[in-house]
Amino acid sequence: MNRIDTCFKALAEAGKKALIPFITAGDPSPEITLKLMHAMVEAGADIIELGVPFSDPMADGPVIQLASERALAAGTTTQVVLDTVAKFREQDNTTPVVLMGYLNPVEAMGYETFAHNASVAGVDGVLLVDLPPEESRQATQLFAAKNIKHIFLLAPTTTPERTALIAKAGSGYLYYVSLKGVTGSATLDTEAVAKQLEMIRKHAQLPIGVGFGISDAASARAIAATADGVVVGSALVRRVAENLEQPEQIPAKVAAVLAEMRAAMDEGIKHE
Amino acid sequence: MSKDIVFSQYPDTGGHFEQFGGRFVSETLMAALQELEQVYMRFRNDKAFQEEFFHDLAQYVGRPTPLYHAQRWSNELGGAQIYLKREDLNHTGAHKVNNTIGQALLAKHTGKPRVIAETGAGQHGVATATVAARLGLKCQVYMGAEDVERQKINVYRMKLLGAEVIPVHSGSATLKDAMNEAMRDWVTNVDDTFYIIGTVAGPHPYPLLVRDFQSIIGREAREQILAQTGKLPDALVACVGGGSNAIGLFHPFLEDDVAIYGIEAGGKGVDTGKHAAALSAGRTGVLHGNCTYLIEDEDGQIIPTHSISAGLDYPGVGPEHAWLKEIGRVKYDAITDEEALAAFRELTLVEGIMPALESSHALAYVKKLAPTMNKDQSIIVNLSGRGDKDIHTVAAIDGIDV
Repeated sequence: MNRIDTCFKALAEAGKKALIPFITAGDPSPEITLKLMHAMVEAGADIIELGVPFSDPMADGPVIQLASERALAAGTTTQVVLDTVAKFREQDNTTPVVLMGYLNPVEAMGYETFAHNASVAGVDGVLLVDLPPEESRQATQLFAAKNIKHIFLLAPTTTPERTALIAKAGSGYLYYVSLKGVTGSATLDTEAVAKQLEMIRKHAQLPIGVGFGISDAASARAIAATADGVVVGSALVRRVAENLEQPEQIPAKVAAVLAEMRAAMDEGIKHE
Repeated sequence: MSKDIVFSQYPDTGGHFEQFGGRFVSETLMAALQELEQVYMRFRNDKAFQEEFFHDLAQYVGRPTPLYHAQRWSNELGGAQIYLKREDLNHTGAHKVNNTIGQALLAKHTGKPRVIAETGAGQHGVATATVAARLGLKCQVYMGAEDVERQKINVYRMKLLGAEVIPVHSGSATLKDAMNEAMRDWVTNVDDTFYIIGTVAGPHPYPLLVRDFQSIIGREAREQILAQTGKLPDALVACVGGGSNAIGLFHPFLEDDVAIYGIEAGGKGVDTGKHAAALSAGRTGVLHGNCTYLIEDEDGQIIPTHSISAGLDYPGVGPEHAWLKEIGRVKYDAITDEEALAAFRELTLVEGIMPALESSHALAYVKKLAPTMNKDQSIIVNLSGRGDKDIHTVAAIDGIDV
């Protein structure tokens, strides 16, 4: 069984929601990323989304753009990201790791080589922002052959017809982008998200993670009330950026933010 | 073989030119692109829309542009007869306006009150600001901070036309980064905004609709050369950045027995790594919504490009060009900064026509090609824009402060 499926099953049995932190791999260095991954698990992360840096991150706001630039400057190639996952697996064989990024670095490595290397490293899922299901048949098949889940985005602009199409193509979980905009955008409308999730659930059996615009414990708690998972990215990457002078403090600073979110999410569920 | 291909049947319904093209965007934009595709497919066959488009091209842009027989230059080169398709005589000074007229009409008919655009040299930005002013649309233009510095006059032109120019500081602060930022804007404001892409690249249906709007160049040239010489030309030459002026000229001739040459920016030389020749020295990848040739490193990261002409300074190229290269229908080659500059000076002195530095790349190739051909043969070269905007660049090279 894939670690993602195991994770959501266990959470459902425990009556909990998934906390899914996103960080850019190699920001500010692969060594810090490895420590950060373990620290985030310690703080209550259920699944880790690891950003694969790209020179032209079109769907990202300034916070993650800069993280990508720092990671590339630190020499973080796609293979370095995979090596980091492999090192993470030496100590943690249960927390699912999802690679999130853009198509071109994968295309450059070749789908088949990428799927193979990712599987060897211990990657459980892949989300490619600019690869919609219409263009992805080959990639999905190659990932599936290596027991890697292909995670797709849903957006506020996604129609019911497309939702059905995407749900059919995807596996692991679906990632609902809670607002029109780039990562790290302003506020999110919890009610609108709840309404959209209702529509999505009519067409999809997969667990649904919600991301973009979740920046603190309160918004994490609000989203956890309706979604199966809460994805938080820019709010964490901002902590990385704030502590570049003392990189050894980064894991603890990020973990502190995450622990607050974890507590708020679990608290919220208890109160329901 | 490319001989049996019906070129008008491409792209397919998914926007593919075989393995190239397509629609590689984040989910938020998929609905907008599907809507644009539906709207465009309707207008493409709509008589009233087409009439409005051609009326604007005639009355506002000043079409048809002349096909000028450059007799003196032809004689000097001593080979084929050279005909210049004078896109520099369009309103705003380049071919770009053919496309912005078309896309602005689409914006108007879809009721979007705001348009955005990316621009490199500023020609597409000016052409967008121009049509936005005429239709009363709010207009914001993204431009790399480096290009804002290099192209001050066009920046001011856009401001005078009522557009807001937003300098982009991210990445390499040039055209590709301006396009990234325009995509980010569009994803955020997709409900009320029409994105006017300036070239035959981007996600489907952009490469198709920009080609359609620009094909007026080749259709006119075809009629004009038949009227002037009684036969088709032997060769076509155009410069290729994203490739819209080139596709515009080439497309109506693809099924004819005509040699076709697309000329990329060789910068300081293709072997120096400082160039923008994606077809000559790049490899297949995905950027800005389409699969095409890109200038990238081994890891799929886009590499900063270089060209003396900001309009060609882009790491990708339209997917139809990638395909035309693949099937061998068009021959692609590169011209260096230095060769382009020499052609700029030569045409100015010999014919009294100052070409854009972009177009000068095509002219420099003609200097090599024409002498290898006979006097009874002909070449049509797309003079895609006028050179006034480049005077500062050339003056700086000459050490003159203007």
